[in-house]
Amino acid sequence: MSKRDPNIAPTRARTVLYSIAAFFCLLGLADATYLTVIALTGEAAACGGQAGCSQVLGSAFSKMAGIPVAAFGVAGYFAAFTFAIFAAFDYARARKFFGLTVGVLFAATLWLLYVQAFLLHAFCRYCLFSAAICFLLMGLVVASPAPRPARN
Amino acid sequence: MVFLWLPMKRYLPYLIVGFVALATLGSGFALYRAKRVAPASAPKNGPASGMHVRGKAEAPVTIEEFGDFQCPPCSLMAGELKKAEEAYGDKLRVIFHHFPLAVHAHAREAAIYAEAAANQNRFWELHDVIYKEQVIWSKAPDVPALFNGYATSLGLDVERLKKDVANPEVAARVDADQKLGTSRDVTSTPTLFVNTVLLPPDQINPAGLKKAIDTALKEKEKPQR
Repeated sequence: MSKRDPNIAPTRARTVLYSIAAFFCLLGLADATYLTVIALTGEAAACGGQAGCSQVLGSAFSKMAGIPVAAFGVAGYFAAFTFAIFAAFDYARARKFFGLTVGVLFAATLWLLYVQAFLLHAFCRYCLFSAAICFLLMGLVVASPAPRPARN
Repeated sequence: MVFLWLPMKRYLPYLIVGFVALATLGSGFALYRAKRVAPASAPKNGPASGMHVRGKAEAPVTIEEFGDFQCPPCSLMAGELKKAEEAYGDKLRVIFHHFPLAVHAHAREAAIYAEAAANQNRFWELHDVIYKEQVIWSKAPDVPALFNGYATSLGLDVERLKKDVANPEVAARVDADQKLGTSRDVTSTPTLFVNTVLLPPDQINPAGLKKAIDTALKEKEKPQR
């Protein structure tokens, strides 16, 4: 990670905001890790005892090139968590990378919601939880205050 | 304190990220180990009769079950049998026969799916999931979609499964099991035979099952005259 930006003044609000974002990323990471594990163990069918869950996780859309989609979620949430932590510590470019990662996660979430609603006609509550996290993260990115120049 | 805090603050984000990475990997691995399906001890080749065996042939106790995938007590019994298999290990062998009751709309369909999975040597895995998910699929409008979903999540070849489900030979194996049950006066499910002795319906519970297995074991351990 590159050094802290001396031109940007650290603000308490930004630190709190990115700490909250990091916390949401952790929730998403836990959810995605759980989904990845059940996809790898073949327990997808029994996830949460929900029919929708097994339909979604057992569908052809649940894997990309043989890799569970949830594994990409793990990578995405971990990256977002890393950037959020560094952004909270006022590291330069971390905010941009955080915004970019959340944007990718959000786009993937929209696609997965479309797949569940219109192609599979079934919803998995773990996927919906992840979608809620992504929406919250996107909200935080939009709400984050613009960096202000440091006073001399 | 400032002298300590400044270098610490510099490395703190790296420490946090490193800790989370390790925690994610560790918890993921622990969860994977806990959830990993134990390899079934069923024979690799699905028997032509539709009879499915789990456990060693030389086990002193053999439990034969005539089961219906849509019958709630059968689902409970499946769990109890699994516990018994774990508790008694090599001393116990379980044989499953299909006996789908006409009152259950999807029981035969479920039996055929499980039988089709046997063509891929995966009978017991689908058997376990079908029982585990019984409450869900029994009320579902599109049962085959759910069964196909279960099969996909277990890594079965679903296209082959669909073909096998439509294969009359697969359904014939279910019918053969049912005929076998009828010939042995089976009328309800689950019906259990412990070393060929019928377990009375009022004994079909965890305590009754344990008692029957223990009795059968003692019988086997008695010196033969």
